[in-house]
Amino acid sequence: MQIYLPIAEVSVNAFLLLGLGGMVGVLSGMFGVGGGFLMTPLLFFIGIPPAVAVATEANQIVASSFSGVLAHLRRKTVDLKMGTVLLVGGLLGAALGVWVFNYLKSLGQVDLLVKLCYVLFLGIIGSLMFVESLNAIRKTRSGVAPKRKKHNWIHGLPFKMRFRTSGLYISVIPPVIVGILVGILAAIMGVGGGFIMVPAMIYLLGMPTKVVVGTSLFQIIFVTGFTTLLHATTNYTVDIVLAVLLLIGGVVGAQIGTVIGAKLKAEQLRILLAIMVLAVCGKLALDLLLQPSELFSIGTGGGH
Amino acid sequence: MRGLLLILLFLAAPLQAEEVVLGLSQDQVSISTNFDGSEIIIYGAIKREAPIPQDQPLQVIVTISGPQEPITVRRKDRVVGIWVNTDAMDVSAAPSFYAIATSAPWADVVNEADDLRHTISIPRRIRSIGAWSQVANPQEFIDALVRIRMDNGLYVLDEGAVDLRESTLFNAAIQMPTNLTEGEYATRVFLTRGGKVVSVYETSIDVRKVGLERWLFNLSRQQPLAYGLLSLAIAIAAGWGASAAFRLLRSG
Repeated sequence: MQIYLPIAEVSVNAFLLLGLGGMVGVLSGMFGVGGGFLMTPLLFFIGIPPAVAVATEANQIVASSFSGVLAHLRRKTVDLKMGTVLLVGGLLGAALGVWVFNYLKSLGQVDLLVKLCYVLFLGIIGSLMFVESLNAIRKTRSGVAPKRKKHNWIHGLPFKMRFRTSGLYISVIPPVIVGILVGILAAIMGVGGGFIMVPAMIYLLGMPTKVVVGTSLFQIIFVTGFTTLLHATTNYTVDIVLAVLLLIGGVVGAQIGTVIGAKLKAEQLRILLAIMVLAVCGKLALDLLLQPSELFSIGTGGGH
Repeated sequence: MRGLLLILLFLAAPLQAEEVVLGLSQDQVSISTNFDGSEIIIYGAIKREAPIPQDQPLQVIVTISGPQEPITVRRKDRVVGIWVNTDAMDVSAAPSFYAIATSAPWADVVNEADDLRHTISIPRRIRSIGAWSQVANPQEFIDALVRIRMDNGLYVLDEGAVDLRESTLFNAAIQMPTNLTEGEYATRVFLTRGGKVVSVYETSIDVRKVGLERWLFNLSRQQPLAYGLLSLAIAIAAGWGASAAFRLLRSG
């Protein structure tokens, strides 16, 4: 069934969009990532203009993260206090990121920067997570109990706060800084930032994996909601019909993903996320390194 | 030599008397939610007061052109091992859609000079003023633009698609693609003899969004904040709805 999208001005197959939304929704529910870093390239591929794809994707992530977070709230795996602290940093970072983005745009080559950012961060995060979770799996198999709490320099900082759900008593400074950094990257790369936030919470803040997913989704809702409004009012690029089709698939997928995620072990969850992140990184790196079949591309007019 | 010219002049006079009487299967294309392309049938007759000139066969060219818009064509090049956009050229106006149907192979229907004067062929429709100051070889960029849009079905040259009978009646079907943009689509019919344009007829097809498409598009431009909030409300409602539905499924 073909459907015409009023803002994107293209006609696409409705079932294809439902399917894509569902697939990304499952990942979102499982890993606590918004899925923007997967969906946006897929939308480019089926012919949606890039500006519309990025803006509409933000709107769809709001829906799937909201659906996912409700499921996590029922299971009490959302640290609302930690989420709020991260969010404060995140919004600050997003505002800063938009400023950095516009500055780089004035220098040109912002596309390249975004791609390099992706390859670099996905590569580093993916490999670190992969190695770490592989070690964790090996340790559980050999019967050695994994070390849960590590005391490092982070625990010496002032402004301590108790995060009951995460079982942490740490300073608010590291979560705010993590929030700001992720916010900057999210604004530059045009995604919710879940795939950076999740590893940062596990490895930098030492939060338990089960709580991380719900908390990440919680803060993604607000960051992407903010982004959607920004795109809708400044660029007019949010396509509501496209968003509805994607999010119908997305919200159902997110529920399924949460169920699957609850059945997997934390290490397995982490290693799957690591593999996915590395796969996307590899694809982007290949795009940069291999000669494209078409050297030319067409963009909208006015300034380059 | 002079005699030949005189004969040509004599022949040319009645040629201008050939005129197009045109019909369109539809002079308006409505883009509704289930729009998946449209076929426009263009049919017409050639009105003339004198007998049909027999020296050179009459040929017909039909063109439909979407709104002209400025675009940027970029080229990638290898810089320290990675492929990045290096050169860019601004094209001041290129049609969003352009289809040409002819009654014979391109070389037989129109000559270079008349193509230039009436901007009939695809490369002639693309205006690139000041391109030389931006890149070393603008033609390469124009060729790429035409190539990419032809691959996407946005630029079409269909030789022999116009069916011409007895040099008097003609008809052609032009397929409009699914990714159509709004606007006035200029429709032209050229009559040629020996590569020379002898008559031009112009009209336009109105392509408009209707119904829900129209309403959403207007809302997004006129009240962007309300539109953005509506998008968010739908997202939240859908997220909550799916969650509630799944809880019911699992408990019941």
